[in-house]
Amino acid sequence: MTARVGVVRFPGTNCELDVQYAVEQLGGRAELLWHGDDSTKGVDAIVVPGGFAHGDYLRTGAIARFSPVMHAVGDFSRTGGPVVGICNGFQVLCEARLLPGALQKNAGLKFLCETVALRVETTSTALTSEARVGDVLRIPINHFEGNYSCDERTLAELRAEERVVVRYVDNPNGSLDDIAGICNATGNVVGLMPHPERASDALLGSSDGLVLLKSLLAAATSRATMLV
Amino acid sequence: MPAFHAHVEVTHLPGIADPAGATVERALPALGYTNVAQVHIGKTIRLVVDAPDAESAREQVTEMCERLLANPVIEAYEVVIS
Repeated sequence: MTARVGVVRFPGTNCELDVQYAVEQLGGRAELLWHGDDSTKGVDAIVVPGGFAHGDYLRTGAIARFSPVMHAVGDFSRTGGPVVGICNGFQVLCEARLLPGALQKNAGLKFLCETVALRVETTSTALTSEARVGDVLRIPINHFEGNYSCDERTLAELRAEERVVVRYVDNPNGSLDDIAGICNATGNVVGLMPHPERASDALLGSSDGLVLLKSLLAAATSRATMLV
Repeated sequence: MPAFHAHVEVTHLPGIADPAGATVERALPALGYTNVAQVHIGKTIRLVVDAPDAESAREQVTEMCERLLANPVIEAYEVVIS
């Protein structure tokens, strides 16, 4: 069975086709979900990709959160459906309160576009099940607001429940506790600033993102099988 | 219904990093202002609300802050109605 991955497109999203390409290279089927639709069209997993949804006006993700598709994404996630937010998608998931905390301007006030090293901290999530704890992955970042912030209680909870999914080996943006990605309490909703789809082929300089996308496809396939 | 002018100031919550404010704070001494501390940068939102009275205008704008204008996870806000 071919897993179907929905890739959300808001006005201003710009990484949806890259995600679609990478998912299809791995044998999945990727379908674009328009932000104005109030349904996830029966897909088995959802990616909220990078870009500048609704121009990032007011705050990153602040307006996108109210797009009709986000209600459907919320419902999908509450039934255990795998949802991954990449970069701007991570910011949208935080604004939508599907993940705790928020992404602030980078500490150095510079837009960062470079390949960074990430350490996998847990494999109990929809994005890391195929990886190993301690794996170091080289994956590009491309953001101005990637500085993860939350209150002390939330941070303590994230640590205690092993919900920090990936950490920067060398913190580029001032993120609290070197956090590059986190998940919800059940591990099916994951947000991360780095772009796995941009590290999906040796030609791009790294294929280290494949293990993450394969994990997502595995989660999608298992959901598809479960619902048959 | 009378119109009320609302002035909303959105700032960082205490303890949340304000990289823009910190950068300006580091830049001011270059101009000779060596006596400046605690620079914070936020944003101002002005709007006009039709409401029966100032109190209900304030309540409504506060609700807007909670739901959209500010992100209570990292931001504080102040509403002034006139």
